[in-house]
Amino acid sequence: MDIAVSGLCKSFDGRPVLENLSAVFPDGRCTAVMGPSGQGKTTLLRILMGLEKADAGTVSGLEGKRLAAVFQEDRLFPHLSARKNLRAACPAASEEEILQALEALGLGESLHQRAASMSGGMKRRVAIARAALCRPSLLLLDEPFRGLDAETRAYTAAYLRKQTAGAALILVTHDPAEPPLLGAQATLYLGGPADPAAAEYR
Amino acid sequence: MTHFTTRAKRRFPRLLAAAFWLALWQAFSMVIGQEILLVSPVSVCLSLLELAQTAAFWASAGFSFFKILSGFLLSVSTGVLLAAAGCRFPAVDILLHPAISVMKAMPVASFTILALLWVRSENLSILVSFTMAFPIVYSNIREGILTASRELLEMAAVFQLGLWRRLAYIYLPAVFPFFLSAVSLSVGLCWKSGIAAEVIGQPAGSIGGALYQAKIFLATRELFAWTAVIAAISMLFERAVLRLAGRARRRLEET
Repeated sequence: MDIAVSGLCKSFDGRPVLENLSAVFPDGRCTAVMGPSGQGKTTLLRILMGLEKADAGTVSGLEGKRLAAVFQEDRLFPHLSARKNLRAACPAASEEEILQALEALGLGESLHQRAASMSGGMKRRVAIARAALCRPSLLLLDEPFRGLDAETRAYTAAYLRKQTAGAALILVTHDPAEPPLLGAQATLYLGGPADPAAAEYR
Repeated sequence: MTHFTTRAKRRFPRLLAAAFWLALWQAFSMVIGQEILLVSPVSVCLSLLELAQTAAFWASAGFSFFKILSGFLLSVSTGVLLAAAGCRFPAVDILLHPAISVMKAMPVASFTILALLWVRSENLSILVSFTMAFPIVYSNIREGILTASRELLEMAAVFQLGLWRRLAYIYLPAVFPFFLSAVSLSVGLCWKSGIAAEVIGQPAGSIGGALYQAKIFLATRELFAWTAVIAAISMLFERAVLRLAGRARRRLEET
């Protein structure tokens, strides 16, 4: 079932961030959400995650969907190892699946390294592995490849695409090179065309 | 072996400092020359050895230990539960606030005398040590819960982590340093207030009762010996609780 938002409005301290937004995110496909900063991309994701309540409007199609997310921040348990971070978030995953996920993202030698002592890029990949491992039917990605070099970004995106085949993906990004990596077939553009690169992509 | 040497090296300055104060105590005692005013550390040790050979000593130490331990455990369990409830339901915190303020401000002696009207002297130290420790535990745990990472809690909500995992991976690491601080502060306070309550209430066969008797009969050696016993039990108890808490935390993280 497609996810649809209709007439969505959200303000913070009287400043409108989302104004009467309506959009459809097709099930089983990747949709990119682009636009300048402060136009409500993350707010939209937070509303879909259930972390923020819209002032007005409706969201449909979330019923029965298994959610996972890659946040702008890594949001890992700092005192736990990469393996335990994955185990904590996805208790249903087998030990073999956890090892495979970490190895696929080049973290095979960091299984037992605590998240607190990892580099930014490593943490990012653990966060991505965590989201993919939970086999979500809706995956919300908020600038998931931030801080990754081009090569790492490419194989991480390929892994994500393979693991989440059939799931609905909503990708928030500023980088027009990222939606094609995840096979995005539609782009929702929020805000005015202040970002020339994003406008061009659109 | 290396580990042992490092530990010994680290402890040496502390032992030296302790030896300095013992020597100073011994010197003062010799200068004064009246054991009734200031007993020497050697006499205290001898008195302790004598006391340790009597069944009454162990019975009194056991009695006071279990009563104060009960007060401490009661304050920790209710403090933790009510702090969690206070964070979840602000009305609970608002309701408890005046009671906690009164508990914090109340002098031990006046509360003990009042409490004697309500409980038997045998149980007085439980109530008094609970009342003194509860505000510390409650405030610390509450502060710890409030420092739990909002970002991780949001992540847990999205990934639908159960209560047990949220407790083990988010709340426990946040609360643990505050819990250690609460335990460290409240154990000593429990012992001080619990023994003070026993001195006032004088339950039979307690350390406080023995202290009172020693004071009446001007048995300064015994007075010092019992004081040393209280300090030793308090310190050992604090270490044991902190060690147990650390072990419990590691076990929880491993699950």
